[in-house]
Amino acid sequence: MKKRLSAGKIITMLVLIVLAVIFLIPYFWMVSTSLKSVDQVSKLWEILPNPVTFRSYKTGFELAPFGRYTLNTIRIGVLCVVGTLISCSLTAFGFAKFHARSKKFLFMVLLATMMVPQTVTLIPSYMLYSRLGWVNTIIPLTLPAFFGCSAFNIFLLRQFFSSLPSDLGEAALIDGCNWFGIFVKIYLPNTVPALLVVTINQLVYVWNDYMSPLVYLGKPSDYTIALGLNMFKGQQGGSIDPGPLMAMACFTILPLFILYICFQRYFVEGIATTGIKG
Amino acid sequence: MKSDKLAHKSSRLFYLFISPWIIGFCVFTLFPMLFSLFTSFTNWNGLSLPEFIGFSNYVNIFTVDRLFQTSLKNTLYYVAVSVPLNLLLSIVLALMLNQRLPATNLFRAIFYLPTICTGVASYITWLYLYNPNFGFINVLLSRLGIQGPGWLSDINTAMPSLILMDMFVCGTSMTVVLASLQDTPKMYYEAANLDGANKWQQFVHVTFPMISPVVFFNLLMTLIKGLQIFTQPYVMTEGGPANATYVYGLHLYKTAFLYTRFGYASALAWVLFLLLIALSGIIFATSKFWVFYREDVD
Repeated sequence: MKKRLSAGKIITMLVLIVLAVIFLIPYFWMVSTSLKSVDQVSKLWEILPNPVTFRSYKTGFELAPFGRYTLNTIRIGVLCVVGTLISCSLTAFGFAKFHARSKKFLFMVLLATMMVPQTVTLIPSYMLYSRLGWVNTIIPLTLPAFFGCSAFNIFLLRQFFSSLPSDLGEAALIDGCNWFGIFVKIYLPNTVPALLVVTINQLVYVWNDYMSPLVYLGKPSDYTIALGLNMFKGQQGGSIDPGPLMAMACFTILPLFILYICFQRYFVEGIATTGIKG
Repeated sequence: MKSDKLAHKSSRLFYLFISPWIIGFCVFTLFPMLFSLFTSFTNWNGLSLPEFIGFSNYVNIFTVDRLFQTSLKNTLYYVAVSVPLNLLLSIVLALMLNQRLPATNLFRAIFYLPTICTGVASYITWLYLYNPNFGFINVLLSRLGIQGPGWLSDINTAMPSLILMDMFVCGTSMTVVLASLQDTPKMYYEAANLDGANKWQQFVHVTFPMISPVVFFNLLMTLIKGLQIFTQPYVMTEGGPANATYVYGLHLYKTAFLYTRFGYASALAWVLFLLLIALSGIIFATSKFWVFYREDVD
């Protein structure tokens, strides 16, 4: 009996290894191609780059302003993170710790907004921003973040606030602290892991988002990483050499990769909490 | 009396704290929704005033617009295949990761990687991998003596290729299922063992009921995401070949921002929204037959 069990485990292990290799192939190919020389790029069977050269990276940065795209994206990302942290934590705290007759209804509304397709609100929002002269600025991409426009993050933070005991605040209330002070001084410091999850969610979202920047940013000098990379793909389309394109693809993925390696635990925790209680 | 006062204060604080969201909801969700519902009954190029035309846009969508039919069919095809496959893969991966094996964290990290990197960079990479003549996949297949398909360049395999690529983006669902598995009390399995249940019976009678709420959650989320698919075909195929990957999101985007038919595009958006509500409604309605909440057991 015991032996059969361990045989099952060996098979599972083998399947896991095969799947892991399949999952990694695109990324491995991307990195390897970006480091190959011009002569080696077409030799698919030489899996490892030999010699390792950074010529693709050099060409990539020469042909397109990827530094600029990165700064543009970081600027939007930072503003979105700040906005989301402030607005979503306030809202989540309200939903977690206070009572009102319409609370249940409003919470249902909040969850329902997750189901509204982006395209339903996109056209009127675009027209509104265009009347205000805000198209081709980063305002349409960052302003909503300051008004809790991320139901998922509010939901996630509410779960965390709800799990913190209420008497934490009530004790401070007796000591003459007001609720806003309690929120900032007592609850927020206890929610740092959740805030980190929200930060990461938001950064990854901004980094990968394509449709909103496509609609709102018209000038190539304002482009985000995603738009810039697709434009570079258009420029490179005629070239047989995938090196520069893969080099820039690697460059755009690298920050996400580092973020992921450093904060892996939070990615997992964040998702696990929302999912289980949802 | 005192508790009344407290409750009153509590409700004031409640509205104060959630006010950012209330404002955001009204300005960025509710108003645009109502406005787009209004413009869906108009002819509007965004410059002149909207001209009210009744249900004409909706009538045109369902009677004249051939591309609407194509795009709807393609999107439903994508959703119908990719959503179940994603759910299945996420459950299988989670079940394997839930066994006490070495390096589980490493495997979980690897399986989650494509979920983080779902952007233009990975779509471009797949574009190269899928190249029929010198792409990595077909070169590999030809080494094994197999003539690889045309992938994205073939009408019949273009959509399956997108679905295959997106299968790798199952990290979120996988993580949720795994967390739910780890949350399942061991005693349920012990009880099942005592009753002589085999592995499959254990899955059907213990594991699946326990993870069914999160599978339900994943189903809804992947459905909502799947119906809105846009970037993959926009970057990789531009809807081709021969409109084989021309999805609803592309049709909507082109109608609004290329042809500036904002009224018609609003109607398209509302049709998608109503479809989403209808499908979610069906899922909710069936959920009582297959989703079990633990309160029912305890």
